[in-house]
Amino acid sequence: MSQSSNQVADDVRFVAKADYLKTLASLRDEGFEMCADLTAVDYLTHPGRNIAPEILGNIKLERFEVVVNLLSLSQRRRVRLRVQVAESDAVIGSAFDLYPGTEAMEREVFDMFGIKFDGHPDLTRILMPEDWHGHPLRKDYGVGNIPVQFKGAAS
Amino acid sequence: MTTTENITPSQVGDITAAGTNEGRQELQLRKDVSAKEILRGSGAVLRMSESEVAALAGTQSEDQTMIINMGPQHPSTHGVLRLMLELKGETVLRCKPVIGYLHTGMEKTGESLTFMQGGTNMTRMDYASPLNNELVFALTTEKLLGIDQDIPERAVWIRMLLSELNRISSHLLFMATNGMDIGAVSMMLYGFREREEVLRFFQKVTGLRMNHNFIRPGGVAADLPAGWRDEVLNLLDALPARLAEYEILMTGQPIWRERLQGVGVITRDEAIALSATGPILRSTGLSWDLRRDMPYLRYDKVEFDVIVGSYGDAFDRYSIRLNEIRESMRIVRQILDAMPQGDYRIQDKKVTPPPRGRIDESMEALIHHFKIFTEGFKVPEGEAYVAIESPRGEIACYIASDGSSTPYRMHVRAPSFINIQTMPHMMRGGLVADAVAVISSVDPVLGEVDR
Amino acid sequence: MGLIQNVADDGLGGLEHNFLTGRVEELVKWSRSRSSWGATFGLACCAIEMMTAGTAHYDLARFGMEVFRASPRQADIMIVAGRVSQKMAPVLRQVYDQMMEPKWVISMGVCASSGGMFNNYAIVQGVDQIVPVDVYAPGCPPTPETLIHAIETLHQLIEDGQIMRRRELTGAGAQVHIQEISAGITTPVSLGSR
Repeated sequence: MSQSSNQVADDVRFVAKADYLKTLASLRDEGFEMCADLTAVDYLTHPGRNIAPEILGNIKLERFEVVVNLLSLSQRRRVRLRVQVAESDAVIGSAFDLYPGTEAMEREVFDMFGIKFDGHPDLTRILMPEDWHGHPLRKDYGVGNIPVQFKGAAS
Repeated sequence: MTTTENITPSQVGDITAAGTNEGRQELQLRKDVSAKEILRGSGAVLRMSESEVAALAGTQSEDQTMIINMGPQHPSTHGVLRLMLELKGETVLRCKPVIGYLHTGMEKTGESLTFMQGGTNMTRMDYASPLNNELVFALTTEKLLGIDQDIPERAVWIRMLLSELNRISSHLLFMATNGMDIGAVSMMLYGFREREEVLRFFQKVTGLRMNHNFIRPGGVAADLPAGWRDEVLNLLDALPARLAEYEILMTGQPIWRERLQGVGVITRDEAIALSATGPILRSTGLSWDLRRDMPYLRYDKVEFDVIVGSYGDAFDRYSIRLNEIRESMRIVRQILDAMPQGDYRIQDKKVTPPPRGRIDESMEALIHHFKIFTEGFKVPEGEAYVAIESPRGEIACYIASDGSSTPYRMHVRAPSFINIQTMPHMMRGGLVADAVAVISSVDPVLGEVDR
Repeated sequence: MGLIQNVADDGLGGLEHNFLTGRVEELVKWSRSRSSWGATFGLACCAIEMMTAGTAHYDLARFGMEVFRASPRQADIMIVAGRVSQKMAPVLRQVYDQMMEPKWVISMGVCASSGGMFNNYAIVQGVDQIVPVDVYAPGCPPTPETLIHAIETLHQLIEDGQIMRRRELTGAGAQVHIQEISAGITTPVSLGSR
């Protein structure tokens, strides 16, 4: 959950994967016309997510979390959805039919995390070369840095 | 030119399909066709992988369409953007923007940099408006730390001043490159001449012309130097006359109008469906600007107009940006009058290093300084999403933290990455020369597209 | 005419001070250094500073370089301005190969010279892993003055002939490979394939 001292806290909702597309459709009818952002987080090496117990009772935390930020232009507010995606079944429905702007965002999540989107028109790599192996933003993928040895340094 | 509109969901377009799952079968009025149907059906986006395109080579006969490649090394693609254009003669049918040629792994790098160093990484994403990138990172970090209400007034107003001056310099860069792409090559010289004035001020304040790392979590890195007011006033006095010159050179000129009016049209429904923000969304007639509608910093205390277009074409986007320079100048004048005295960064010992002079005198100050700059300050566990209005649209930073001194996951919602999705829809049916005008009017910065 | 009579009388000495004489190589090196055209290879933030160096305040035109040719066939200097990602590396090499000899490379900025602050999976750690570099310009981004200093250093090297001498000694330079295709071939040859 997000923290802020005096402001109204962010509206964050935890949604199960099975209800994801239904929730998106109902939020769209409620007035959230635009999907501002769709991304994912890999919680593999996270010490522990700080979530309220009543929410933990309903959902099971998984390795990946798909985070969707919706924006309502008419009501001037935002809502954030957090959907748990298991590593063993890394497929989730695509929001493209509801929000076509998520086409590039879902491609990026697929490229960086390996989460597939069911119903996406063109799920291919977008940032890395098309024949790249591995998903760079996963926590078990190294940064890939080259150890720099400075000239004259004592080794 | 302001229009304040209350948008109701029904205006956005109703997507519930009636009857078959292929949408309505009878021919609809254009305004009644929903975004979903337009985007699935009209097929402006070329969805073929590179191997498929390569397999097509040599099998196409004379009267078929041709897929050609524009970029990534091309003088007018604003960086390393590659477009695969499907052409029939000179007309563009479908288009696929291929990106990734500047992918720098910034989100991965951000996970190994402390929150104090994060600005150096963020600032190189949208390199035309670096201070706005740093601002959004600092705001998100402060939200996670819980100090976002305690930033001193002077620091907030300095941030606003720099952000608006950055908007001016970014839009001047747009005028320069847009002019050059359309053919008014001397505009390149004029735009950069004005930009030099702004960059000179930035160099005085932050030490660097670009990629400043000046707006940091807790405030700004240093106070404004003496004499800054005169510098800004000189800048504000010189600009209006030059903007009037651009009006003569470009806005009223028939060739300019022919090249830009009616080119790259996008409708309001399409723009909202494609999550486009910034001048692209405002050119369709929708008055949405985060500075006014979801204010951050002290934008609710300054008066400015939100510039809105009517036709959604490239000419509207050009004039929106030109007039946004004027509005930013107006805001800067108000900031000059309202700038309060005070601290330039929060005095919270947790995030703020001690003043440099104290390090020589006090051991505690030295240790404090050392700890902040090597280890970094720890940010409580949580996640936050903060959005601001950059010259290109809504830029937002989503940070998930794990209680350590580096972000666990740092994601940036880059406006150009999303805005590029509108390009195939704008180019469809136009000529190849118009494709250049369209790219230029979208004003993408490939650093933030690829991150 | 007086001039012709002077030459007929004294040979070259009769020219007085109306002509300059010198070797052809000197003339060629002098003109190459003063009219080198750059190839547009602006990638990231350094590209903005490169464009700024070309505009009125810093003015590359006084060094003969205001023209940035998009076609590599017409360019002499490739200024690699910005970070080179893994996806862009083959494109960089292809553009370099298409340039005509003599050609030079300036690596502008720390990202092009060594990978810069991005020591990770996505960035080539130094463009000299792909193309031979003649001058490195440090800075993030280098101010236009630094870039002009780098260009002037390169111009001085061209004029002295240092670069050609170095190429002869070390064999550095474009490695152009020609693959002979026999005349009777019937299957189509694809050019420029990845």
